[in-house]
Order: sequence, then structure tokens, then C-alpha cells
Amino acid sequence: MTSIRLKDVRKTYRRDTQDVPVLDGVTLEIASGDYVALMGPSGSGKTTLLNLIGGIDRPSSGDVFVGDTNLAKLDGRPLAKWRSNNIGFIFQLYNLIPVLTALQNVELPLLLHKMSGKERKDRARTALELVGLGDRMQHFPRQLSGGQEQRVAIARAMVSDPAVLLADEPTGDLDRKSAGEILALLQQLNTQFQKTIVMVTHDPHAAERAHRTIHLEKGVLATVGTGAYA
Amino acid sequence: MSTLSLVFVNLLRNKRRTFLTLFSVTVALFLFCALGGVLDTLQDSIKVGSESHLVTRNAISLVFPMPLSYRERIAAVPGVKRVALQQWFGGTDPNNPHNFFAQFAVDPVFFQIYENDFGLVDASPPQARVAMPPGLDSRFQAFMAEQNACIVGRKLMEKMHWRLGQTVHVSGTIWPGDWPFVIRGVYASKKKSIGEEVMYFHWKYLNERGMAGQGQIGLYVLDLDNPERAADIARTVDAMFVNSSAATHTETEKAFQAGFVSMYGNLPFVLRVIGLAVVFAILLIAANTMVMAIRERTREFGVLKTLGFQNSTVFRMVVLEAAIITVGGGAIGALLAKGLLERGGFNMGGFLPPMTIYWQTVIIGIAIAALVGAVSGLIPAWQASRLRIVDALRRVD
Repeated sequence: MTSIRLKDVRKTYRRDTQDVPVLDGVTLEIASGDYVALMGPSGSGKTTLLNLIGGIDRPSSGDVFVGDTNLAKLDGRPLAKWRSNNIGFIFQLYNLIPVLTALQNVELPLLLHKMSGKERKDRARTALELVGLGDRMQHFPRQLSGGQEQRVAIARAMVSDPAVLLADEPTGDLDRKSAGEILALLQQLNTQFQKTIVMVTHDPHAAERAHRTIHLEKGVLATVGTGAYA
Repeated sequence: MSTLSLVFVNLLRNKRRTFLTLFSVTVALFLFCALGGVLDTLQDSIKVGSESHLVTRNAISLVFPMPLSYRERIAAVPGVKRVALQQWFGGTDPNNPHNFFAQFAVDPVFFQIYENDFGLVDASPPQARVAMPPGLDSRFQAFMAEQNACIVGRKLMEKMHWRLGQTVHVSGTIWPGDWPFVIRGVYASKKKSIGEEVMYFHWKYLNERGMAGQGQIGLYVLDLDNPERAADIARTVDAMFVNSSAATHTETEKAFQAGFVSMYGNLPFVLRVIGLAVVFAILLIAANTMVMAIRERTREFGVLKTLGFQNSTVFRMVVLEAAIITVGGGAIGALLAKGLLERGGFNMGGFLPPMTIYWQTVIIGIAIAALVGAVSGLIPAWQASRLRIVDALRRVD
């Protein structure tokens, strides 16, 4: 099982000639199988924190451990390989490839794993059936509703069976009903498949589904609360 | 699905743009290979010349004639097997002066010298029995029996919709007037490099009607016993006439053709420059298209990298996309040029051998297209591979 540990993580972006601090000494631990909601106002560093945990950005200083791997020490090829094996990403705007069918979109991460075409397709089908889209496999993203697109994105995130799912406002672009379905699906992935989930959200209802809520204010951890679900 | 199929899917996401880019590369490579084909054909025209034939012309210029009396003296030079007469006529089609084709006044020996290059494939039945030069194909009987008979190349017959036995008219330019000719034979080439768009007629007819029997000739074609003695014989021939009113210049047929080609001046250079300009133009078009295509997909590249795709994989995918468009278009254009232009048989009215595009030119064209693809894809590929994921994902299209 994979736990997440951040130790005195700082992240500074350079804008023109100025350094802009985004995270300022964040120390945090998330146990494996946990379901954490990251909340905070815009610009508080939520997405940056998520990106650091997912290895798509690197800290300016400090350590980010996911399992035994210190992501601060990885770069380039090893980091990309690590991401493909360990992390599933879910984005607010789904980020599906528009020219690929739902099945092909879900197959995409498996292109990086050594397996036969048939095995790839079987796994992608299973993932789509799990998110309730067994009858929409050959549909293109434009032929799906927002909620369905997000479910395809979730299937893509979990198809390679990563230990950690990172969701950046997964319900931010959905109506209440679809948002409820997505949150239920994430909850199912957490309880049934023991996925560690870190979800950035502005929605207190969404945060209630998490085990606990972490608040960020200006790059600093403000409070660590408990979700209703916990 | 595979990474390669992903490349093809991406190529088809904007079919119109891909098609137009591919089409522009096709047209450019067609043009490039057509220009290359002109150079190849010029090259071929030099190869037509034989080392065992010498050509004697007026030392001043090709346009000045030599006396017919030289013929016997040249034929007497040891090593010269036979001597043929050849005279450029320069007539035009009275119905369409722009419909250019070459006409030469020749003697029967000319056909004997070139019997390995072309021969009759159709001939009128002889109207009368005449004495035939020894060794000449008996199918020349009808031609030999008629003063204004002519032999016409097969392709010229097709082009002009002429038929055997027909009287055709040519407007003389050097020797003015209407010149009627009766087609008594059709020749076909025995070698790919020999054209089939020339009309041959009796030099005697030209001499009697056009030159008032002055007996002047533009070229002597010398058939040699031994090609290795060509240089000696050329020197001997020229030495005989060095102090005469019409000094001669004798050279191998190959050198003569090369000199003829050199009259085109810097044409090869101009063609090469145009070819390179075309290549540069398609480079810009392809690069522009690729940059646009990649820019539109910045966010998708961010997603691919988030999923774990390596920078190098993204780089290869973009370069491959560009290469498929350019190599695909290039191959189509180059092969079309070879197929269409060679089949068309364009030969500048018989002045040059039929249009040839060497496979080497086609391959160079396709290689250039591949290079263009690589170069045009390199910058966007580099940009896509260097893209930071967080920047790509933040991008709003």
C-alpha cells in the first residue's frame, strides 16, 4: 500500500523577474487507502500540491514521498515511468483525446505497459464497464455527456491499476446529479479497491465524501478536518 | 491501438488540412521531379550519341553548311566505313506553327548507319522498282522510289493523326515555300533514348528544290570501323579542310550532343535553383502546418505526458506525423511525375530523347521530402517534447 508524505515542501514559480511562492513549507502525510479533499481559495496552492504528489511538477525544496519513492529526486524518463505505474489523474475538464473513442481513450495509458493488444482492450473494456459505460465504448467524447466523459476519464485513470488517484475538481464542470454519480464512483474506488484518493475541490458537498479535508491558505496548511464520510 | 495508430488518428483529425498539406507537397515534388527529369533527359540526350560515330560540321557554327564535295574525301579517310548526310530543315506545320516537330533531310546511308537505333515498322508498298543501296532494308523501296517521300516517327504519326500514304505539307523557313511530303514509312525506335517524333526525307529533294543543286550539307555523320581510332580520324578529317573555305570541326557524336546540350546555357543551374526554391517553399508550408497542428494540441500533449508518455515518444510522434505527410505527398508527387511525364513522351519535338526521369531522381525527391518532413517536424516536435506538463494543462484553447 502506498502512503504519501510531504516534508517541508516549498514551491516557487518565477513570473518575469519575480519569484512567486505558491507552497510554503507544507508537511503532510496521507495514509494509503485514505480519501482526502484539498480545499482552499483560488491561488492557495491546491493544484500545485496535487501536481507535486502526481510527479508532474517538482518542488523547489523539500521531499515528496509516494510510497518509498522520493519524487523530488526523480526527473524525466524515470519520473514519467513512475507516473504511468503509480498515478491516475482525473481533471476538471476531463481532458479526453477528442479523436479517440471512449475505449481508445481508456486504452491510452496501457500503451506504456507491455501487454498484448487484446489484453489492453480487455482491461479497457473492464474499466469502462466498471464506471457504467459498457454501452458507450465506441462513442467519441463529443457524443457523451459531461458526466459520461468524466467517467471515461476515471476509467482511464484507473485502468493501469495505480495506487493513487489524483482528482483536480472532478465535479467542477458537472451538474449536481452527474457530480453525485462521480463522487459515488470515487467513493467506490476508495472503499472497494482501496485506492488512495486526493481530490481538489471547492465544493463542500464533494469534500464531505472524503475521509478528511485539508485546507490550504496562501500555500500553507490551514486546517486538517474530518469529512462526514469518515 | 498503438502509438503508430495514434499518429494516424492525429493525422486524420483535420482531414482537410492534412489533405491540403499533402497535396501541396505532392505538387511541389511533382514539379521538383519534372525539373529533375528535364536534367535527366538532357543527360540522356548526351548518352544517345555513339562513340563509333563521328559528326563533322562547319568549324564556325552548326548553322553554316559545308560543300557536298567533302563527302568523298571524308569517306576516303582510312577507318571511315561510310558517310551519311544530315541537314536540319526547320519547317513548320502550316496549320499550327506552334506544333513543332523536327525534320531532317538525309541520304539513305543515314538509315543504314542508324539501323541499330531505329527501323521501319510500317511502309507503303513500292510504287516502282528502283535500285536500292546495298544493305538497306527492302521496306525502304517506296521511300526510295519517290522524291518527296518521307519517313515519320510513330509518335509523330499519332500526334499529328497522319496515316501512311498521306501527303502532308510543311512550311519551309530556311528554304521558304510549301513543301509537300508523302509518308512512305513509319519508324520506331529500338532504344528507349531514341525519340519517335522526327520526320526524315530525301536530302536530294531539298538540294534540288531548296538549294538549287548547290550541294551543301549541314552535317556529315561518319561511321567508323574502329571507335578507338575516332580521335585520329577526327584530326585527319579536320586537317584536310583546315585551309578551305569551310573548315570543319569533327567530334564524336556524344561530344556533339553534349555541345548541343551546352547551347541551353545555364538551364540546368536555373532548374536546380527552381527545384531548391520549391523544396524550401514546401518546407515552410509543412513547418507552418505542423506548428499549427501541435499548437492546437498543446493540452493533449500535456495529458499524454501526465499519463506517462516520455518526451522522446512525443517527439517521435510529432516528427512521424510530419514525415508521413511529406513522404506520402512526396512519393505520390515523384511517382506521378515519373509515370505521367514518361508516358507522355514529351521530347521537345524530337530535339531531345523522350522525357526520362531517372529512379535516382525519384528517390532523391522522396528523400528530400523525408528530410523536409524531419526538418519541418523538428521544431514543433522539440517544442512539444519540452513542454512542461503544468503549462500544457493550464493552457485554454
